[in-house]
Amino acid sequence: MPEWLIDILITLTKIVIVEGVILTAVAYSVYAERRVSAFTQNRIGPNRVGPAGLLQPLVDVVKLLMKEDIVPAKANRLVHALAPGISILVALSTFAVIPFGDKILLAGREIKLQIADVNIGILYILALVSLGVYGVTLSGWSSNSKYSLLGGLRSSAQMISYELSMGLAVLGVILINGSFELDTIVQNQFGWKWNIILQPIGFLTFLVSAFAETNRTPFDLPEAEQELVGGYHTEYSSMKFAMFFLAEYANVIVASSVITTLYLGGWQFPYLQTFGLPDMLVSILQVLAFCGKVFLMVLFFIWVRWTIPRFRYDQLMNLGWKAMLPLALANLVLTAIILTLFKT
Amino acid sequence: MIYYTILFYVFAVLAVATAFYVVFAKNVIHSAFALFGTLFAVAGLFVLLNADFIAITQIMVYVGGILVLMIFGVMLTTKIADIDIHTKNLNRIPAILFSTGITVILIFILFTTKWNIKPQVQNQETVSQIGKLMLTTYLLPFEIASIVLLVALVGSAMYARKTK
Amino acid sequence: MLTQFGQVLIFMIIAAGFVAVAFIAARLIGPKLPSKGKNSTYECGEDTEGDTWLKFNVRYYVIALIFIIFDVEIVFLFPWAVVFKEMGLIAFIEMAIFLIILILGFVYAYAKGDLHWDKPRPVIPALDRQIFKSEI
Repeated sequence: MPEWLIDILITLTKIVIVEGVILTAVAYSVYAERRVSAFTQNRIGPNRVGPAGLLQPLVDVVKLLMKEDIVPAKANRLVHALAPGISILVALSTFAVIPFGDKILLAGREIKLQIADVNIGILYILALVSLGVYGVTLSGWSSNSKYSLLGGLRSSAQMISYELSMGLAVLGVILINGSFELDTIVQNQFGWKWNIILQPIGFLTFLVSAFAETNRTPFDLPEAEQELVGGYHTEYSSMKFAMFFLAEYANVIVASSVITTLYLGGWQFPYLQTFGLPDMLVSILQVLAFCGKVFLMVLFFIWVRWTIPRFRYDQLMNLGWKAMLPLALANLVLTAIILTLFKT
Repeated sequence: MIYYTILFYVFAVLAVATAFYVVFAKNVIHSAFALFGTLFAVAGLFVLLNADFIAITQIMVYVGGILVLMIFGVMLTTKIADIDIHTKNLNRIPAILFSTGITVILIFILFTTKWNIKPQVQNQETVSQIGKLMLTTYLLPFEIASIVLLVALVGSAMYARKTK
Repeated sequence: MLTQFGQVLIFMIIAAGFVAVAFIAARLIGPKLPSKGKNSTYECGEDTEGDTWLKFNVRYYVIALIFIIFDVEIVFLFPWAVVFKEMGLIAFIEMAIFLIILILGFVYAYAKGDLHWDKPRPVIPALDRQIFKSEI
């Protein structure tokens, strides 16, 4: 086989495996959310389908497939169908740059455990975050319903507001590392030097912005049931609704992976290399370390959702503009000053 | 490099087609959403030119910022659909003459310019080069940019306060 | 040889393929029984009143306007941040000037209350008579 064909085959295999794993993880994070919420509220949660209800996500997918796809008569059919697709695509595409492990040696060739090592990885993620507005805005507009429109508009204003603090928080990480490459950033967090320790304020602002960008409680204003029915997805049903639902959880997993990569050491397992384990085992343990960190972050997202009440809209906007943005700016200036002072 | 050429034409056709739609759509919101496609395709063209930073900037600022502002602006107006985009005063003949003139000039330039064709280079880090140039050779324009942004901020804030 | 962005493109195409397959499957499997009531816009069982296009608060527009300016600023900061360690003190001073000018703008907008989002003051409808009179 020619060399380039092998390259393409390796890439394709990686892509298919990663997308498969993510979609499964998304389905199971829905299950995790239901079990954790049940635990929080002293209920049992889904436990009938399969052992401990583990087949529930599968059944949910089948159920949603069997449902009728209702499009309101007044809606714009094309955009109405396009919006959930955009939502999930934007959420999934972020994974193309996230490193989930170091290199492994397989049959004498080095394979990088990352789909694409784009040299401006962080910027790519930020650009995709800024595209996240569109799925929501488009669905809000195309449904031609007041609830959807209000939800969409609120959501877009919220997302652009918190994008700024997210960008500024990321700048602190770039200052320390001097690179946009996610792989380099992970490599630099060797041992205890995780960015959460070097950038505590940056981590906090990034975390809060991530909650706002994923529209999760306490920032789930776009779909505040009590006032907006379902928010931007009021008029959606069947697979289109499922896409929005999957996109929300995919976004949670994306946010968790990005936080893990930028602040929690990525796939690094502190001091693992010093134990003298075989290379293959080290690589596998690193991938597992990455998955474990992401899993804990997802659990944190779920935990917060069932613990903290929702903000009022003015509180949300004022927090974003008057607290988070100055805080992120201050963090940036502080990082720059400290780096200049302690460089020599 | 065949797939490079194919991709170039895909993005180019997408950019031009959506741009036409922006101009001819009856509904202002449709125009705004078609502009999404145009800006995105242009970002794709930048990527093909190895200008990755500019491509990302294009998406972050234009698609994620300016277009959102436009959509908000459109949402604030009451009349959305079926706006008559034709002006009453139709200066057809001068318009045709003018646009044909410009087209002829552009085509003339296209075929007479000695294009500086460079061989395909490997994708390399552009951002740090931009950063270095920004802090040395082009320092003054860069600092002036901050003043321009300040003026824009103050101006837009004042304008917004007036409309309130 | 695939470039890195080429791999990203393939990733997106495969993801799009998955979405398309899911949509088509739902279309083939799901029932199609539209009716007038079912396809009406949701409004708690009533017919919708008036136009969907309500007048929105101009604040949304202002927020988007200020957002763009800060967005452009952040984009300018990226090339600076990446060379900060190499360039040292020069980079720090030059960016300090840039940042101070922009923080000035932020302070101005903050002080003038352009970033402030008003607290909603709901008007509670007052009734001129009590509906449920206590029977004493």
